[in-house]
Amino acid sequence: MLEAFSQYFVELADNYPRWNFIFFYEPRQWARIVKGLQYTLMLSFACVILSVIIGVVGAWLQNSPSKWVRRCVQGYIQFFRNTPPFVQLLFFYFALGQFTPSVTGPDGWTEVPIISNVGWAIISLSFFAGAFNVEIFRSGIEAVPESTQEAASALGFSRFQTYVEVVLPLAFRVSLPALNNNLVNLVKTTTQAIGIAVPELLYQCVSIWNDYPSALYPTMLLLFVSFIVLVGILVMGMSRWERATRIPGYGG
Amino acid sequence: MSNVQWDESQPIVSIVDVHKSFGTLEVLKGVSIDVMKGEVICIIGPSGSGKSTLIRCINALNDIQGGSITVEGLEVHDPKLNKLELRKKVGMVFQQYNLFPHKTALENVMMAPIKVLKENKADVEKRARQLMAQVNLQGKEDSYPGELSGGQQQRVAIARSLAMNPDIMLFDEVTAALDPETVKEVLVAIKDLAQSGMTCILVTHEMGFAREIADHIYFTDRGVIVEHGPPATFFTEASDPRTREFLSQIL
Ligand SMILES: Nc1ncnc2c1ncn2[C@@H]1O[C@H](COP(=O)(O)OP(=O)(O)OP(=O)(O)O)[C@@H](O)[C@H]1O
Ligand SMILES: [Mg+2]
Repeated sequence: MLEAFSQYFVELADNYPRWNFIFFYEPRQWARIVKGLQYTLMLSFACVILSVIIGVVGAWLQNSPSKWVRRCVQGYIQFFRNTPPFVQLLFFYFALGQFTPSVTGPDGWTEVPIISNVGWAIISLSFFAGAFNVEIFRSGIEAVPESTQEAASALGFSRFQTYVEVVLPLAFRVSLPALNNNLVNLVKTTTQAIGIAVPELLYQCVSIWNDYPSALYPTMLLLFVSFIVLVGILVMGMSRWERATRIPGYGG
Repeated sequence: MSNVQWDESQPIVSIVDVHKSFGTLEVLKGVSIDVMKGEVICIIGPSGSGKSTLIRCINALNDIQGGSITVEGLEVHDPKLNKLELRKKVGMVFQQYNLFPHKTALENVMMAPIKVLKENKADVEKRARQLMAQVNLQGKEDSYPGELSGGQQQRVAIARSLAMNPDIMLFDEVTAALDPETVKEVLVAIKDLAQSGMTCILVTHEMGFAREIADHIYFTDRGVIVEHGPPATFFTEASDPRTREFLSQIL
């Protein structure tokens, strides 16, 4: 069965030289794709989680009584929202990366930085998407009536308890559609990690078509299909979450 | 437990010469009211006269610029006051109910005792179900606020406040947003509560109700109390012309 599958693509490549699906019959290329997918999934997952955490914490800090805390959050948002994410990535890796200490690698003699290129990609992309998430959650929080929060404090809730028990759950629901969009963008933006040689899917695909120019179309097709599926899964998960958290008789 | 000296022979709530401004707008201009334990007092007066502001000062939702308020001997506007101590003693019900829309009616009632008082969930649930029954809402425990009528929501809000076992209840025009038909069910719940000995401070436009349940009525206008007395004399013998005019419009 698998044999027939591979055989089909071998013949296809013979008959149509531009359609060389080399990764479907050559195990080494297939392994590259699998590795690329793994990295893309890992990047996406880590950045989605981290950026949501940054958004929640940032939105909390944005309501801080301290003027300086609010200003810092605002500065963070302005910087990461108004500069290109690709430039941020390069800045983190090449500029900040120089200042992080290094440790002796597993081979016992090379020096490796404690934050790898993958680490920097996760950090920079999370901060980038996190800046948007702060704004998204902030508008969600603003939609929670002051009077509802007042009722919570009249019941003895502290400011933090009110945020966790009342404001966040309500703000989350309001924010979900916008959050959805931002996370979709984030998953697509992970491909920019190619700029610092993170071996994710785009990196692997480019390597393949550099080695085998006849595989250009098939690898591009693979890229599109992979992201459509990946983003599709994310969107499906988000809308399922949206349905699960819908409050009977509340909002739209 | 605390070093505050208070016993039941003293006022449970003592408001002394309170001044409150929003920016340059002085809303309370020296208001004094004493409330004894178990008393029901009603505050009436024209719109904008500072009734809500006054009642919100009692549980420190608003700060004050002068005078003092004590609740069971606690200095409400002392910056060192632990607000939680105050809010355990004072429950408040709002005009717009302000229930937590993402929680069922029962969860609304249970939330504060569990999260704030850290009480055992099973005990709280038992009490919450009793309170739901007390405000006549058996069978609505699992409804969300959005699925309840205004009157039902307001009764959940009352039960939610009572779940904290407060000594004093504040009601700010709690029937003002309701249909005339549903006003009664909320008033009945408050009346039961007042008759059970709860200290209640109500802002209301329901004169008949005030007359029926109040021990003492205060009339505020432009930030001062211009007239007060027990209902028997207040409605018939009010001497202040503004009070008489207000009463003639309402009654
Ligand atoms: N947060 C605020 N900031 C500024 N001004 C306020 C604020 N809250 C109330 N005021 C003003 O204080 C005055 C008294 O308001 P308050 O709500 O206490 O009146 P009220 O007697 O409760 O009236 P009503 O019967 O309409 O509820 C009004 O002039 C109002 O505009
Ligand atoms: Mg009012």
